[in-house]
Amino acid sequence: MSRHRIKDVGYEDDDYYSDDGYASPDPEEQEFLQQCTSAVLSQLSAGQPSVTATKEEVQEALWHYYNDIEKSVNYLRGKKEKEAVKQKPKAAGIAVPAFPASFPTAHFSAADFFRDCPWLNVPSHRKAEILIEPLYPRLGLLGGAPENGGKVSKLAALAAARKKKEGEKAPTPAGTPDASSSPKPSHAPSPDPQAPLSLRERLAASGKSTSKLSEGSGLRRLGKSSSSSSSSSSAPKEPQPELKSPEPLPEPVDDSKAESEPQETAPNIRASPSTFASTIVGTAGPTTAEPSHLHSNSADLLKLYGQDAEPFDFAAPSPDDVVLNAQSTAKGFKSNTSKSAGKKGQSDLAGGMKDLSVEEKVTVKSKNLDVLAEYKKSNRKRSANFVVIGHVDAGKSTLMGRLLADQGAIDKRTLDKYRQESEKIGKGSFALAWVLDQGSEERARGVTIDIATNKFETEKTAFTIVDAPGHRDFVPNMIAGASQADFAVLVIDSSVGKFESGLKGQTKEHALLVRSMGTQKIVVAVNKMDAVQWDHSRFEEIEQQISSFLTTAGFQEKNISFVPCSGVLGDNITRRSEDPHASWYSGRTLIEELEDSEPYTHALEKPLRMTIGDVFRGGVQNPLSISGRLDAGSLQVGDQILTMPSGETAMVRSIEVDSDLSDWAVAGQNVVLHIANIDPIHLRSGDVVCRPSSPIPTITTFTTKVLAFEHLMPMQVDVHRGRLHVPARISKLVASLDKASGAAIKKRPKIVAPGTVARIVVEMDHAVPLEAPTRIVLRSGGSTVAAGLLE
Amino acid sequence: MRCIKNRIEHKGSGEVTLCPDEPEDMWHAYNLIRPGDILRASTIRKVTTEQDATGSTRSQRVHLNLVIRVKNLDFDPQSSQLHVSGQIMNETQHTKIGQYHTLDLELNRNFTLEKEAGSDGEGSGWDSIAIESLKDAVDEGGKRRAEAIAVVMQEGLAHICFIGQFQTIMKQKVEMSVPRKRQGGGDHDKGMNKFFKVTLETLLRQMEFNTSVTSGANNEAVRPVLLASPGFVASGFQKYIQAEATTTTPGLKRLLPSLVVVHSASGYTNSLSEVLQSPAVKSLLADTKYARETKLMDDFLEQLRKETNKATYGPREVENAVDQGAVGRGGGVLIVSNRLFRSQDITERKRWVTLVDRVRDVEGGDVRILSSDHESGKRLEGLGGIAALLTFPILDEDLESDAE
Repeated sequence: MSRHRIKDVGYEDDDYYSDDGYASPDPEEQEFLQQCTSAVLSQLSAGQPSVTATKEEVQEALWHYYNDIEKSVNYLRGKKEKEAVKQKPKAAGIAVPAFPASFPTAHFSAADFFRDCPWLNVPSHRKAEILIEPLYPRLGLLGGAPENGGKVSKLAALAAARKKKEGEKAPTPAGTPDASSSPKPSHAPSPDPQAPLSLRERLAASGKSTSKLSEGSGLRRLGKSSSSSSSSSSAPKEPQPELKSPEPLPEPVDDSKAESEPQETAPNIRASPSTFASTIVGTAGPTTAEPSHLHSNSADLLKLYGQDAEPFDFAAPSPDDVVLNAQSTAKGFKSNTSKSAGKKGQSDLAGGMKDLSVEEKVTVKSKNLDVLAEYKKSNRKRSANFVVIGHVDAGKSTLMGRLLADQGAIDKRTLDKYRQESEKIGKGSFALAWVLDQGSEERARGVTIDIATNKFETEKTAFTIVDAPGHRDFVPNMIAGASQADFAVLVIDSSVGKFESGLKGQTKEHALLVRSMGTQKIVVAVNKMDAVQWDHSRFEEIEQQISSFLTTAGFQEKNISFVPCSGVLGDNITRRSEDPHASWYSGRTLIEELEDSEPYTHALEKPLRMTIGDVFRGGVQNPLSISGRLDAGSLQVGDQILTMPSGETAMVRSIEVDSDLSDWAVAGQNVVLHIANIDPIHLRSGDVVCRPSSPIPTITTFTTKVLAFEHLMPMQVDVHRGRLHVPARISKLVASLDKASGAAIKKRPKIVAPGTVARIVVEMDHAVPLEAPTRIVLRSGGSTVAAGLLE
Repeated sequence: MRCIKNRIEHKGSGEVTLCPDEPEDMWHAYNLIRPGDILRASTIRKVTTEQDATGSTRSQRVHLNLVIRVKNLDFDPQSSQLHVSGQIMNETQHTKIGQYHTLDLELNRNFTLEKEAGSDGEGSGWDSIAIESLKDAVDEGGKRRAEAIAVVMQEGLAHICFIGQFQTIMKQKVEMSVPRKRQGGGDHDKGMNKFFKVTLETLLRQMEFNTSVTSGANNEAVRPVLLASPGFVASGFQKYIQAEATTTTPGLKRLLPSLVVVHSASGYTNSLSEVLQSPAVKSLLADTKYARETKLMDDFLEQLRKETNKATYGPREVENAVDQGAVGRGGGVLIVSNRLFRSQDITERKRWVTLVDRVRDVEGGDVRILSSDHESGKRLEGLGGIAALLTFPILDEDLESDAE
């Protein structure tokens, strides 16, 4: 019966070890361990409170810290210092076996002593008496950091808690000082760190622990030669509790039995059991054929304990050992494996779910640039965006086409092609405009419909042109264009009748719009001067009318400049006019006026904001692209972006700044973002791109201070901000305000007259990404009724 | 709607039997039926009977004529369905008094509506407003003008609206992201074509237009279709339909004559008023209630703009003006949204009915009740649902102070 037991346990143990790879220490690991050990040792002795530690301790520590030298040093130092402090008590503890020395030997009666202790179920208070402090603190698993160094990590806390529990529960195998290094320290703590490890790491770790174990064995007087010898060696190394009596127990009992197991044929050299042992457990059992005169006695004795078991054999694992093993398997190891298995299961599940996803996630590695620093050191050419505005047919597109052609931004061949084609459809004068009017409808009708951006460079500055449509129906597009600009070029048709009609039309509206959107500087290009034979008085008349209007609109005198020019001929645009009639003009050409612009500053430090101007397919490699101008903040490749109001995230694959690839972009630049990981259905022009960490709020109602261009009353309006265009209604006129001071003149007015400033509440049907302070334009029935600032 | 039986007494109580024959009649019914009224209609009720012996249940659907006292109305303008819920008042084989039931009014099925004049203050009976809406609802001669369909569009956005006599229903919105024009990119044209395609499909589905060539034989009248947009989107759409008609779907040719391209400021329903005022549309829909209402609102806003103080809006202000006798003979017009009469609160309704009666009968002013489901009515809603054109200017400074 007992033999059977031995074998059983033995196999189990065997499996256990081989499973973990304890039996096969990796030579490489060993070598590395040696290196680390020496490093730690040298650091320990070199450190301020110089301490010494045994190699084993060091290796133990290293193993616990996964070869982290620093942490090991830390831990060892802390431990040694502590040890030094309580050297005395500890020494005493070791010298006197923890068992109370005062125990009356004479009266010792095993039956008495263990009366209330059933086998395998020793009450905890008993255990406490014979608990010996282990050689190293068990709490140190992950506590290598200085004790006072903040809070303990979760894992460390967990390990500590578990240790404590085990310490309480374990049926004190450490009865004798010799046995203090039971397998427990090597088993129990090991699963903990193993939990999150990969199999390979685990193997490596166990390899280490094996080596450590075998090295440590000699020192700890385990009384066994090698851990690889199976059950028989591990079994008897734990003397059972009874043997912890003050009587010195002959060591050979264990040893001989251990030896006797594997080689039964060998001559029996071991001594007979001590009287006490014989008394208490009877004969040595089946392995020793020697009859014992105490046999019957022992059986009776055992019955006293309530255990009518057969005579006990020392070759079997001690009951405590069994318990210990069981516990360590059940609690420590098993629970951990199950936990790790659970974790693995979870991660597998998550992975599986990920695999299920149809979408192909694109990941772009962020370079983690400090964009602002990059920007500062990039030393770019000064850049400026300007919008070209004016009444329809004032010659905006043609003027800009001329500018681009003369600056060499467009090659001659293309231009010739345009000229030919435009003549073919009988619109020869539109050839230059075709540079910007790329749409088929625009070309067929000879009207700019949507904004077009183009760029050119002078020696000093890189310009981006935003050519806006002049037709009143396309003012929303013009607003989108104006929102991208730093300053404006107002083009005026100087020919007779056209100027006057333009002034009534979009010349005024556009000028007011760009002003209310925050533009300070305006260059007035008095176009088509060739049509009026460069009439000086005509120019002066226009200059006077326009400048008075612009000053009332809020432009400062110094920010207004006038250039007489001809877009078709190219006079006074990049070169001086050679027309003798134009000799009266000695001022600057248009390009010189443009270059005069001051550099513009943008809110680089603020959170990212970009209004989407367009959503399109950027090509084969970039199935989804958005364009727009960064209103604030910065951006780099690999960034996660959030689009509002859809609230969807996307990944920036690449960035084009002025149609050149770039790793980053900052506020003020016109960019094309090639993005991924988002459905295009979530993107519309007018949406706002921001960072998930600082999203722009979406609102359905806002209060705004507006300048009324027409009568305001509770009515339906369209709200414009850049490309954003949503229907809304004015729900409340809060007050009309004093223009200068902003104080309320009249509360709850019935109607707000043109030219007055008022505070109004606007409601929208859908949530819209808007945040204060932002400039908005309110339009109704095809005309601009108010412009203002969000509050 | 046809009136089958009319037994309204002088005191204001009585009942009418009506037969709705157009979807819009449901909207009329929605305006006529008020909580507290008694409604009789045929309906289907699911009756569950329990077998005594086994406790198993058996349910069957039975046709019943039920009378309910109205508690709640639920009107779905998109599909023109009216659900009226309340407590059953007549006992039948299958129902008990006091059980709840929801009547779904159906086209071409009579229903009887009874209103009780409240001597004790219960219910308002057939008041002047109710009688008026009944008159509006009953279209004796079948003179009602055909309604129009408006497609208000801009690049990438289209609203398909049905303009009826009394209401404008936004049937469907088409929204697509059309790429903007780019340097050397043809995506814009492609995007617009796709947008037109989707819009046309949606439009045909909504107007239940049969595109097969043979179906044109019966020569059913096609309602006018107004294509409105800023810029060239609408004309582009018209061209697209023409192209489709000549190439792929000849059935569309029947649609072509009824297309009218008009200008609008944007692709949102806000700009419908502009559409309705355009000369091309005015000739088409000259005498619709809608056109009159739009005109009225424009007049009012014009007065407001001129700051003559001869126009005012808002409940308190209008009541104040009526008290001063400014909404009287010689140009005084009270403009009320019919939403005010749909109020669940009887006293609220009575307040407005009294005001209307007073202006009409005592002051001698004109009263116009605007449909809140029209664009002009929506504009009126913005002004608080009630406005008035006055016979003489009123300065309402005193009102400002107590509004604080």
